Amino acid sequence: MQKLPLVRLEEIANDIREDIIEMLVTAGSGHSAGPLGLADIFTALYFDVLNHDPKNPDWPERDLLLLSNGHCVPVRYATMAHAGYFPISELKTLRKLGSRLQGHPERLRLPGLETTSGPLGCGLSQACGMALALRMDKATHRWLYVVMGDGEIDEGNVWEAAMLAGKYKLSNITAILDRNNIQIDGPTEIVMPLEDLRAKWEAFGWHVIEIDGNNIEAVIDACAMAKAVTEKPVIIIAHNVPGKGVDFMEYDFTWHGHAPNPDEAKKALKELRTLGGKIRSEHE
Amino acid sequence: MSGDLKLADYLNHPATEPNRKGFGLGLLAAGEIDSRVLAVCADLTESTQMHFFKDKFPDRFIDVGAAEQNLVTLGSGLAAMGKIPFVSSYSAFSPGRNWEQVRTTICLNDRPVKIVGSHSGVSVGPDGATHQMLEDIALMRVLPNMIVIAPADSIEAKKATLAMARSPKPNYLRLAREAIPIITTEDTPFEIGPAYILKEGSDVSLAGTGTMTYHALLAAEQLAKQGINAEVLHIPTIKPLDDGTILTSVRKTGAVVTVEEGQIIGGLGGAIAELLSEELPTPIKRIGMNDHFGESGEMTELMTHFGLDAKHIVLAAHNVLALKKP
Repeated sequence: MQKLPLVRLEEIANDIREDIIEMLVTAGSGHSAGPLGLADIFTALYFDVLNHDPKNPDWPERDLLLLSNGHCVPVRYATMAHAGYFPISELKTLRKLGSRLQGHPERLRLPGLETTSGPLGCGLSQACGMALALRMDKATHRWLYVVMGDGEIDEGNVWEAAMLAGKYKLSNITAILDRNNIQIDGPTEIVMPLEDLRAKWEAFGWHVIEIDGNNIEAVIDACAMAKAVTEKPVIIIAHNVPGKGVDFMEYDFTWHGHAPNPDEAKKALKELRTLGGKIRSEHE
Repeated sequence: MSGDLKLADYLNHPATEPNRKGFGLGLLAAGEIDSRVLAVCADLTESTQMHFFKDKFPDRFIDVGAAEQNLVTLGSGLAAMGKIPFVSSYSAFSPGRNWEQVRTTICLNDRPVKIVGSHSGVSVGPDGATHQMLEDIALMRVLPNMIVIAPADSIEAKKATLAMARSPKPNYLRLAREAIPIITTEDTPFEIGPAYILKEGSDVSLAGTGTMTYHALLAAEQLAKQGINAEVLHIPTIKPLDDGTILTSVRKTGAVVTVEEGQIIGGLGGAIAELLSEELPTPIKRIGMNDHFGESGEMTELMTHFGLDAKHIVLAAHNVLALKKP
């Protein structure tokens, strides 16, 4: 796939944010803050980092992207549509009866999802299984990306997998932690303190990279750096702004788990369209 | 399925062996046939009898440590890449602890992971109630896409393991710890799906699964001495249930006793009661654990204590015969 200039990637990320708002207001339910915060990471992955073919989702040589925190799937659907996996018009079917775009992602309904997720904490261990299989098949050039939420890593299953990835030195796994500091019940450090995250992952045998997850260039650079670490699995702790791009949603944990109403959506879209104009003018 | 099933001489001092050993040997054999077969264990390699496989194929063996959630989710990932992973622990822990992961990452995902739960039933013995898994049949048979198998003995467990390696679906294999009588032979047929009529009869159907089928056969012998001609069904595949064979038998006999080493609520007894109440209402008595836990003790004393023996099956048969329509 032809690499796009940064300004184009930023525009795409902004378009994806607009689509997320439109999908959520049409659906009438779903998660807002996480998907908005992850738009830059998903743009970087699908438009620069991943070795994939949107017209052939089962291409045997593809990299594998697992969305472990399945509730953030609107950002994945929107990015996949923009990347050419399916028509953008299909995004409006999110959460509707008969749609391929289930409220939480189901592999068997939509090609290209790699797995089914929603219940938290299971993506990393599935990636471990895939990585072990790739090692047995001498195919470690294929890369595994696992996007996880920060609240998600309260789950014990995550640490079981983290230990195993350290034991087997599964260096073709790059985990990306959506460190947006919120979960359903409030700020992560109040609900269940996670820090010192770097020390925890390092103690489990991982190489840790910390970035601004809303900086597309930083995401691309970090993924390249992760490929150069051959002795250990890598986790990119991506410091993200929840609700990124929509002023009244940013940093507000109450937007974790619900969708905007039509008035709120209108306001959000106005803001994002202004932002889109700004991106273009800044680069002109 | 009925006819000459070439059974062992189970009445006269049958050989005994734990059915988990048959699994261990079956896994080794499956691994020799197909290089995609892998073994994943959670710190119980010898107990689950995976050591036969591990010794022969160390590069295809993975130990996740005492981490049963990781056990099955890792299995899902392996299966996603075309492997045939057998993932094994004690059934109290897998699927006891990791049921949601089984539901989401294996069943909803329709990944052909082979979940093997050893140490089911009260026959686990002295370890006590924590380790005597009684709810696994109920837990697993409610899951869409899942196939549930409880072999009667070691020989059948080996055949079941080989059949599982060929099955494109998620499977659960229920095993027990202690040595139990071998009632089948190498020549006894086994496939995933059919119920087998081990002894034909006309008065009452005794439907057993797993370790309890042997006891149903003993009960049929005792009933014969009392002039009652019992038909014995062995139901190794609890899901999908072989409705046709069961209904044909019950239509003939008009009375049924189900026999299992687990909770009758949701177990084989539950499954057959559901079938019959819709299709063919029939007097039924369910032998098994009735909404309580086990406790420490030796296998034989526990089986007697909890009514899991031929004597109690015979009593239950008399109960249903009394209810039978003339």
